[in-house]
Amino acid sequence: MSADIGHFMLILAMAVSFLLAVLPLTGSLINHPAMMRMAKPLAYLTAACLTISFLALVSGFLNNNFTIAYVAQNSNTQLPVGYRIAATWGGHEGSLLLWVTILGVWLSAVAFLSEQLPRDMRARVLSVMGIIAFGFILFIEITSNPFERLLPGFPVEGKDLNPLLQDFGLVIHPPMLYMGYVGLSVVFAFTVAALIGGNMDTSWAKWSRPWTTAAWCFLTIGIALGSWWAYYELGWGGWWFWDPVENASFMPWLAGTALIHSLAATEKRGVFRLWTVLLSITAFSLSLLGTFLVRSGVLTSVHAFASDPSRGLFILVLLTVISGSALLLTALRAPMFRATASYKFFSREGFLLLNNLLVCGACVVVFIGTLFPLLTDVLDMGKFSVGPPYFNTLFVPLVLVLLLALGIGPWLHWREQKTNGLVRRSVVWAITSIILGAATNWLVAGSLDAMVWLTFALCYWVLCGEVYTLWLQVRNKQNKAQALGKSPAWLVGMVVAHVGLLVSVAGVAATSFYSIEKDAKLALNTPIEVAGKTFELQRLTDITGPNYVATRALIQVTDGEKQFLITPEKRLYIAQQMPMTEVAIRPSLNRELYVAMGEVLDDGSWAMRIHIRPLIRWIWLGAIFMALGGMISICDRRYRKVKSRASARSSIAGTAAA
Amino acid sequence: MTPTRKKRLSIVLLVLFAASMAVALVSYAFKENIDVYFSPQSIANGEAPLQRMIRVGGIVVDDSVSRDNDTLKVSFSVTDGEADLKIHFQGILPDLFREGQGIVARGQLQQDGSFTADEVLAKHDETYTPPEVSASLAGNLKYDQEKAALDAAENTKPIAGGSLQTIE
Repeated sequence: MSADIGHFMLILAMAVSFLLAVLPLTGSLINHPAMMRMAKPLAYLTAACLTISFLALVSGFLNNNFTIAYVAQNSNTQLPVGYRIAATWGGHEGSLLLWVTILGVWLSAVAFLSEQLPRDMRARVLSVMGIIAFGFILFIEITSNPFERLLPGFPVEGKDLNPLLQDFGLVIHPPMLYMGYVGLSVVFAFTVAALIGGNMDTSWAKWSRPWTTAAWCFLTIGIALGSWWAYYELGWGGWWFWDPVENASFMPWLAGTALIHSLAATEKRGVFRLWTVLLSITAFSLSLLGTFLVRSGVLTSVHAFASDPSRGLFILVLLTVISGSALLLTALRAPMFRATASYKFFSREGFLLLNNLLVCGACVVVFIGTLFPLLTDVLDMGKFSVGPPYFNTLFVPLVLVLLLALGIGPWLHWREQKTNGLVRRSVVWAITSIILGAATNWLVAGSLDAMVWLTFALCYWVLCGEVYTLWLQVRNKQNKAQALGKSPAWLVGMVVAHVGLLVSVAGVAATSFYSIEKDAKLALNTPIEVAGKTFELQRLTDITGPNYVATRALIQVTDGEKQFLITPEKRLYIAQQMPMTEVAIRPSLNRELYVAMGEVLDDGSWAMRIHIRPLIRWIWLGAIFMALGGMISICDRRYRKVKSRASARSSIAGTAAA
Repeated sequence: MTPTRKKRLSIVLLVLFAASMAVALVSYAFKENIDVYFSPQSIANGEAPLQRMIRVGGIVVDDSVSRDNDTLKVSFSVTDGEADLKIHFQGILPDLFREGQGIVARGQLQQDGSFTADEVLAKHDETYTPPEVSASLAGNLKYDQEKAALDAAENTKPIAGGSLQTIE
């Protein structure tokens, strides 16, 4: 029953989203108010249909309704209830349904919060999102219907969710990531709507900014969750593999990061308008490309799996149509992008441009490294794989230059920065940073390494810049603490996000250079020593979980005075006969201990991975800061005041007309 | 030249400079860090370079896995049906490494014709064969049956193959 409701609602959503795609847009072109007013109810209706459809699939999972093929393939009666809900997006069909359902969420958010927009603009924005929704629902209906039935011969037991996905990190990772991916459709829709309207003044940038930042925050959290999950669930101890599937989510993030910064310049000074338009199209196109890469099965990747090529083709066509028409529209509107404001290189605009060049450069690096193997394979030029060294060689210098610029950019004036006292200030900061960098390096590792030292010093350099930015706010105030508390939200958010980047970068540097990774053999009651810690395997127990059996090792670790027990597991998930490694982690902001059971050896002892990873938690902590910074800046009064100002403007216009 | 033109020219020059730097860097990084894939047969034919980072793959030959219990050294052979390749590795093999399973290894070919792997990858899916491996198996008579069996397995379990895609 739930399958029928779900499928019906999905078809209804397709019909409604078609109306949403056509009616308000046409209304805005022929200036038909009633048609434009349809936008809001149609948006809510699309979202409601999609939500009901999605909930119907969830209930199929909760009730173990194996007459639905998708449920039978991704669930099992033994599966714990929480994972049954998560299994809804554990496979291809369901995750696409989640994708459009989240698009519905963004649709209703835009419909709800866009009261202050001019009526035609709002109609167009919602219509463009309607087009995207229609395209994706059509895609689901044609190639990947999650409600397909297995009747009459349905199985009594399902195949179970892939054990790798039976984990809390994976329960929330896809929804977060999709919130980010799909959220970028909002700024895309704003841009296309503005292009259609032909009015590229800066209000479009102002409306887009909070939406872009919101999507970027979700994307940040989503990627960090994916990295964290890979770290503790895959059992290899790495946190980023430059795997194509990871890159697929990283590229929109980089483009989104560039977009946030160019939007700032566009809104404040009216510069980089064409660039911002192109970036917002690119960011969403990269989200679609990411979906294509992951869904089509064209990837050679640690997570690459066979898939249906027609699905990939459909997404590719969708990508071409959506991005292609947006680019065509941009080309048609190109004469409108004449820059009005001038600026010197040594200004905030100049440094925002530099930021954009570097971040987009990084994005191109990832893009080439990800797509080159696919291209050579398609063209039959041989099978290559581009490994982490390629990415690291190019990415690391770009990030270091970015940090150098980041120490200066935030406190520069718009238009032109006077260079008085600049050299002296820079020298003081540089010396401070180099000394503090050395001290930190020594503290973390007990040694000095040029690369780590440089990275830490650059982190302090940026920190100086951020502190100075705050100082400029309060310099002329009587009560400095109070003035600091009253700093505008955008500024606080920016500083928090930048500090987040530093925290992540410091974590990456320390983890990359000072991790100790050792594969060791542990026999019962035979202590071994790794990096000054003693590991003794005390007991091996067989345990039975809800849907798996496992061997649990009890290991006593002696670290100087401290003694503690850790319990890694090797599980065998019964339904799919799939082995899994359950890592034991002793979390620490400083030196984290990580033990994973490898394989059992002939004499009953175990080969285990023992890793000690300094500052690894900082990588994800930094991501949390970045997202937090984004959230803070969304709360800026400017965005809330838009409404009153817009209504004031319209009343003035009304008076003038009268 | 007017100031605007001067500025435009400097921007163009800057962009050109950055672009050429980028191209140079990318091609350098590419040259150093791309791993080419070779099948055991092409290695037997002497097509693969010695002591350069390459990737090889194949089906792990039954009863070929031997482990040294004290040092975690392990050796095994992979085959594409035409030729076998002996692979040496030290460390922990992936959870899904087993005989009869398709794997990919990254490492260097040695003088004696054996392969020293830095990394062994087996996919987290029991029906999965790495694309390179299945490509080199395809068209190979001896392994056609096995391929058919693999395909059949894939057809009956389409979602087992698809489930990991959400990981991103």
